[in-house]
Formats: sequence, structure tokens, C-alpha cells
Amino acid sequence: MSILEVHNVSIRYMTGDFKEIGLKEYVMRKIRGEYRVREFWADRNISFSLEKGDMLGIIGTNGAGKSTLLKAVSGIMEPTGGYVKREGSIAALLELASGFDGDLTVRENAYLRGAMLGYTRKFMDETYGRIIEFAELREFEDRPFKQLSSGMKSRLAFSIASLVQPDLLILDEVLSVGDGAFRRKSEAKMREIMAGGATTILVSHSVQQVEELCNKALWLEKGRQVAFGGARRICGAYQQYLDKAVTLEQAKAACAAEAGTETDER
Amino acid sequence: MLQIRQRVEHHRFLFEELVKRDFKKKYKRTVLGMVWSVLSPLLTLLVMKLVFTQFFGRNTPHYTTYLFCGNLVFSCFNESTGQGMTSLMGNASIFTKVNVPKYLFLFSKNVQTLINFGLSLCVFFVFCVLDQITFTWKFILLLYPVVCLVLFNIGVGLVLSALFVFFRDIQYLWSVFTMLLMYMSAIFYTIENYSPMVQNLFLLNPVYLFIRYFRKIVIEATIPTVWFHLLMAVDVAIVLGLGCWMYKKYNTRFLYYV
Repeated sequence: MSILEVHNVSIRYMTGDFKEIGLKEYVMRKIRGEYRVREFWADRNISFSLEKGDMLGIIGTNGAGKSTLLKAVSGIMEPTGGYVKREGSIAALLELASGFDGDLTVRENAYLRGAMLGYTRKFMDETYGRIIEFAELREFEDRPFKQLSSGMKSRLAFSIASLVQPDLLILDEVLSVGDGAFRRKSEAKMREIMAGGATTILVSHSVQQVEELCNKALWLEKGRQVAFGGARRICGAYQQYLDKAVTLEQAKAACAAEAGTETDER
Repeated sequence: MLQIRQRVEHHRFLFEELVKRDFKKKYKRTVLGMVWSVLSPLLTLLVMKLVFTQFFGRNTPHYTTYLFCGNLVFSCFNESTGQGMTSLMGNASIFTKVNVPKYLFLFSKNVQTLINFGLSLCVFFVFCVLDQITFTWKFILLLYPVVCLVLFNIGVGLVLSALFVFFRDIQYLWSVFTMLLMYMSAIFYTIENYSPMVQNLFLLNPVYLFIRYFRKIVIEATIPTVWFHLLMAVDVAIVLGLGCWMYKKYNTRFLYYV
């Protein structure tokens, strides 16, 4: 039984005139027939499925549709085509440092974020000490959030998120923040969560990180799925492609050929 | 029903935290902040009393209470809808990242205005005493227009906050509209001098209905007709229904526009 099934998912994004023009201008343009909406496909026919305990790394250049795909997986967005089937609880951390309120203190923000992630007050009361300890923000507890550095913000966000035991954890660019020491700590924490049996999806720009942490990888390129399968092979092919050693077609073929002979890498 | 209760229970913690946040942000942790929110409608009342007593106050019994009824209801409506409008957009950074029920943001803002309304209501009753109004058992019936007003505000808030995501200039159009509405709600004048035809037109204005209900109970000590009650209920149902429909329809599409 797979914990997550993404079947043939396509997501169409709308851009164009409608943003920021206002009602009066909208009516005028409608009358004159000048109202235009451009559509583009952020994701096209993406299919993959994850079993319990899988750790998926999503790689691809900027604008490949990674974040959009995660929004569909976490249920924030509805796919235009295809479907996403989820089992169990889910915790999504997209673009971590945003969504905090600058005027509230660190403690208040921690509770607010915990509430957003679906924790109970009791759970937050019990784990707040551990959260603040892990984030190394003890002396900043009652400071307004806006006084914190962006690294500190991300540290807090990661600490809160990593304490859950969701069935599916989604992390978008989480591990690339914080200084070296915290990064090692968060990676260790990630391994701990994985060992606990949580299924995790990780988006990272660091190919090396995906290769180290994940057992599966999904490579997206301009909204299209290039390859899905064992992390090591796909990361290798992706790195070669980035180094311009091979073309996209060759890399794709390489991934596909290897997928045929591939055994479970775990 | 059970499902709804479960969902409410599930999101209660988030809702409480949102209310706390809005509260702290609004009053910036100052004592004067809360006092001011009661003081400012009183100042409006004072100015209206000074200016309009000459024109309308002479033939209207209990003119201060008459004015206060209008101001109480209208300022609640104005504040709730005005602040509710930006509630969804203001939390864009949250609902584009986390899958939470979007109406919670509006509800949280409405809790805020409800507290303000409660405070103003207390002041209102003090003024009633000063204006030598006799308190009757019928005052209990004031619960009906209050509940209607709150639901109506939520309905309008839902519609406006959804529209505001799509059209940012709604804010300016709405402030113009509320100003016109204020003049059409008979807050400081009486409608008895108009022809019966025009007087009936006033009944199309839901805000006027709420004000009228307050005045009937408090000043005239009479209970409005059943039809009057029904008319209010229908207004509330229409607006609330429209708001819920918009939120349901655009639930996953709001984020294209932020």
C-alpha cells in the first residue's frame, strides 16, 4: 500500500492581466474585449508513488515546477489534471521562513506555527522547551520575531516541523538554511525522522544532499518529469547534465535504462 | 454534524492562536488601544448630537438613544466588514504554504469586532439609563438583531475578502459604498417625512432593519412584526449563502491571485 500516489498530475497556472488591475479596469477590459489571461503548465503529467519510509528528493533547476508540485501534494492546490492520493497525516513546510509574523514574539510564533501544522495545545506545551532548545533560541524567546536573522527564523521553523511524527513530511529548501553546525544537526534529525518510518519529500538545490539523504529521486525539468527512481543514479545523471557532459535526452535515456535493471537501493 | 464538530475541534487551537495574534497586533499591547476603540464611536456620537439636534432632535423623543442605536449598529457593520475584507489577503503568506481553512482568518477578525461591539453595547446601556429609557423584558429580544448582525457581517466579510483577492480596488469602492449606505440608513434623521413608498424602500437596506429593530425595542418598547423578523433572516441567509459559495468555489484558486 503506497502512502502517496501522484497519478498523471498536471497543474496549470494562470498569469496575466487579472492581477492588480482592479474591478473598474476589469470591467472596462471585458467590455473592450482586451482581457487576457495567459496560462502555462507548471507541471505536466507527473506520476510517482511512495511507500512508507521512502525519502524522496526532488531535483531540478529553478522554475522546474518543484514547489508547485509540493503544493498539490500537500493539498493547498488542486491539480488541473490527474489526482493525488494521500494516506495518513501530512505536514508540509514550504518556504519555511515566511508565514511568521514579525510583530509577535518567538514564543507566540512557535505556537502559531504549531497550530498551523495541526498540533494540539497540549502537544505544544509539552514540546515547546525542546523546540526552543533545538533551535538554539533560548535567549531570544520573548523578542519580536522581526529582530531575528533569517537563519534563526529557519532554524525555528525546522525545529517545530521536525518534532511532529507525521506520516508524510514535506520539506521545501529547508536544509539549505542555517550555518554549517545547524545544518549538520538538522540532517541528523532528518535521518532520525526517516528511521522513525516517516515518508519524506525533500526539495533541495544541493544534489549532494539529495544523494546522501534520499533513497528515491524525482527529476523535473520545465514542468516535465525527466526521471523517477533510485536517488543515486538519477542524481548522477542530473549532475552530468548540469556539467553539460550529456544532453537532456541522453541523461533521460540513461535513467530509463538503469531503471529497468534497478533493484531497491535501500 | 459530527464531522463539523470534529473539524472545529481540530482547528480550535489554530483559531485561538489567530484570535490572540489579531488582538495583539491590533492593540499593540497597549492599554489605550482598547479604550480608544470605545472612545472613538462616542466621539462620533457627540459630534452628531451637537450638529443634528438642531435639525432632527426637536421632534424625536430620546434623540441621543436614537442616534446611538444607529451608530452602534452601523459602526459595528463598518468595522467588521472593513477589517474582514483584508483578512484573507493579509494572511496570504499562510494559506499559500499551509492547508488551513481560509474562513478562520475572517472569523478571527470578527471575534475582535464582536468584543468591541460588546464594549460599545455596555456603554449604550449606560446611555440608555442617562436618557431615562425604561428597561423592559423586551430587551432580551435584542439578541435577535445582534445575532443577525454578526452573521450578516460574516457573510459580507466572506464576499468582500474573496473579492479583495481578485480586485484590490474593492477597498476604495467599498468605502464609498459604506458612506452612501450610512446616509441611507437613517442614522441621524427620521424617515417619517417621506412618502410611504419611499419609507418602504428603506426596508431594502439590511443595516437599516437592524437599526430599526433596536429602536423599536429600546425607544418604543414594541416588538417588530413576524414579517420584519423574516425579512432580516432572509437578508442574512442570502449574504451568508453567497459568501460560503464563493469560498467553496475559489478555495483552491485564491492562490493564483496573490
